[in-house]
Amino acid sequence: MKAVQEFEMHHPMAKYLRTERFPHIWCEGCGNGIILGCFTRALDELKINIDKLVVVSGIGCIGRIAGYLRCDSFHTTHGRAIALATGIRLANPNLTLAVISGDGDLFSIGGNHFIHAARRNIDMTVICSNNFNYGMTGGQLGPTTPLHSYTTTSPYGNIEHPFNLVHLAAAAGAVYVARWTALHVQRLTASIKKALQKKGFKFIEVVSPCPEIFGRRNNFKKAIEMMRWLKDVSEIRHGYDPSKAEITMEKIVVGEFVDVEKPTYEELLQKKYIKVQEKLREKNAG
Amino acid sequence: MSLTTLAKPVVRRKKIQEVKWHVIEDFCKGCTFCIEFCPVNALEESQKLNVKGVHPPKLKSEDACIGCGLCERICPEFAIYLEKVNTNEKEEEKK
Ligand SMILES: Cc1ncc(C[n+]2csc(CCOP(=O)(O)OP(=O)(O)O)c2C)c(N)n1
Ligand code: SF4
Ligand code: SF4
Ligand code: SF4
Ligand SMILES: [Mg+2]
Repeated sequence: MKAVQEFEMHHPMAKYLRTERFPHIWCEGCGNGIILGCFTRALDELKINIDKLVVVSGIGCIGRIAGYLRCDSFHTTHGRAIALATGIRLANPNLTLAVISGDGDLFSIGGNHFIHAARRNIDMTVICSNNFNYGMTGGQLGPTTPLHSYTTTSPYGNIEHPFNLVHLAAAAGAVYVARWTALHVQRLTASIKKALQKKGFKFIEVVSPCPEIFGRRNNFKKAIEMMRWLKDVSEIRHGYDPSKAEITMEKIVVGEFVDVEKPTYEELLQKKYIKVQEKLREKNAG
Repeated sequence: MSLTTLAKPVVRRKKIQEVKWHVIEDFCKGCTFCIEFCPVNALEESQKLNVKGVHPPKLKSEDACIGCGLCERICPEFAIYLEKVNTNEKEEEKK
């Protein structure tokens, strides 16, 4: 049997994937394949109706994910995944909506969309594959590159302080904030399940190995060395203050940091709409 | 065979579920995550070379796998899947 046929017939996640596009293009040991696996696993365990699921991605290596999922998916322009998802949410409040994109896409070019969607509490699950660089374009430094680490555009070490994404998301108003690494497959899947079931703006950061580019520049000779490193430096601390959870090459705090309730933009919009309609009716009657 | 595999003997532990372990050999890119993180060290690199020029994993022995499912989840390539074996049916067959 050909590999693709075997995959299509027997792999439990194949029904959520565009099997004809497999094997995928990501490099050996890239965390993106693991994120895709955890996402499909979450869909499966929640029995999500994939006809009611929309996934949006931006541009980058992880951006390819939209094209691998067998659901309505959009591989949109760089940095605009959340903007497009906002429109989708306003057009149809009943869909399950997820944005899966890169650290560069969501926090450099798309940074403003992120903070304002979080502030408005627009109902969507945002999953960021944080590989500490712009993988697709050759490994440039980005807003999440750890201090002192090496990239193609910081050959002598990075002197820019990186964003602490979980702190940023929490401060901007996200109702659910978690961080895992590609190593934490079970916990990441559980987090995705939780986020997909909750209303509002939910953010999950996944520290994802990019062995091919970031790894090589930072002395990881093989993909497995990046995974061993993630195992060594990650520390699970649920409820930890996200402002203190900065990522360094020596320590990565993971866990669930925020889980609160707050009215969503759509709920407030709906209420406002009914109120204004009533007012207009009264006015017209009088 | 890599040294790490040799250094880690199979751990005998109660099975979580009865499964048949499969690898889609030509999907494997050789990252070795499955071998490294299997909690009972059931896997090792095989001698085979696949279409990508890497050695896909194989079970050290038929009964080494305890069916925890970790390798299926951690494989970035969707190359591993577990086939559930219905133990009741197996018993029935024996009768
Ligand atoms: C408007 C625009 N600017 C720049 C680019 C070039 N570009 C493509 S991907 C990318 C960065 C991707 O980084 P990230 O989002 O972290 O994804 P990764 O490849 O690391 O998964 C850039 C700058 C583009 N495609 N469009
Ligand atoms: S360049 Fe990095 S992020 Fe992109 S596919 Fe390769 S390993 Fe993954
Ligand atoms: S399912 Fe995979 S990881 Fe778990 S025991 Fe079997 S071979 Fe090891
Ligand atoms: S985890 Fe998957 S790709 Fe990596 S060595 Fe195992 S089977 Fe191959
Ligand atoms: Mg990136």
